[in-house]
Amino acid sequence: MATLTIALMDPPYEAETTTTALRIIDAAVRKGHQVNVFAYEGAVNLTMKDQAAHPNPVKGTTVEEEDHVIPSKLVAGLLGTEQVEWINCGLCVDERGSGNWVDGARRGAPADFLKWSQESTNTLVIGTK
Amino acid sequence: MSNYLLIESRDPFEYGDTRYMYSLAGDLAGKGNEVTLFLIQNGVLTTRSGVKDNPLDSLPKGARSVKVLADEFSLRERGISQSSLSGGVKVSNVDNLVDLLVQEGTKAVWH
Amino acid sequence: MAKILSVVERAYHGTLEEQDDTILWMSHILKNAGADISVLLRSNAVNYAVKGQDASGITIGGVPLSNPPKLDQDVVSLIDAGVDTYVVTEDVEDRGIKQGELVGGVKMVSRSGLADLFDGHDAIWHW
Repeated sequence: MATLTIALMDPPYEAETTTTALRIIDAAVRKGHQVNVFAYEGAVNLTMKDQAAHPNPVKGTTVEEEDHVIPSKLVAGLLGTEQVEWINCGLCVDERGSGNWVDGARRGAPADFLKWSQESTNTLVIGTK
Repeated sequence: MSNYLLIESRDPFEYGDTRYMYSLAGDLAGKGNEVTLFLIQNGVLTTRSGVKDNPLDSLPKGARSVKVLADEFSLRERGISQSSLSGGVKVSNVDNLVDLLVQEGTKAVWH
Repeated sequence: MAKILSVVERAYHGTLEEQDDTILWMSHILKNAGADISVLLRSNAVNYAVKGQDASGITIGGVPLSNPPKLDQDVVSLIDAGVDTYVVTEDVEDRGIKQGELVGGVKMVSRSGLADLFDGHDAIWHW
């Protein structure tokens, strides 16, 4: 089995890239691979535990009916497989005040990303636009 | 020679710079590299037959051609049916993308 | 060690808040951490290599942005740190920038030369 390292930059709810990246990670996990994720800049907000569902007044749906997508729950699900490591860039977290993460995410630095990339089968950098 | 996996998530309608990846794909293939252009998200908007001034048409044909794959979910999400695809575009998915990514030595480039 | 090409194309997004470009910064800190890394400035990011950029003088709500980005100097710092820094010739010309306006030490590469540049690196990190 291989190890993939993926760098992400987009914050939640701004780009399709977020769900695409999580789909790729999910596919890699299902295939038995290990995935390391380095969240840089706005992507550190993906792990914020306080993300909450809301109703949709246009559709007239309640919170339960809307069953809103919560990116941090998707991340938590991936981390729960124990095949995903997740590091948030610490300086990026500090400047955004984006603490209180889902279990399994940890603080790190670009040097961690470099080390992971050197140890991985491949590295995919997904920048923001 | 190398294996290149160029992943294009952008389209030429929103971005003025998207032809870059198509010309890069052609140049890399012209040097004898194995090149896959994987279209995903709005990148699949070039796959409909009938797209005007389509950058897919600029890709080299023949022995040094570029393999063009399009993400099935991105197509379906946009209502692009498989029967409406330009010639040469093959439907793929993120599972296959992962298979390509984990091939040793593949140079993966996301744009 | 893998030879990395760090491609920067997005420019002036968040630089006033960050006081730098996050990818130039990332590339520099990875170099300091021992990475064998080069930088390619393409698209709008070629403007980072233009001399004389001045983002000073902004005050918002009485709060001065006292340490504005100095992106041209950051490019020079990268070069001084030993990072080969490439600029795409046509992207410079398309924007009406004369080569004499660029900081010293950048390496010009044509669009048709990018395939060779990519081939010369083991990994392409296209931010």
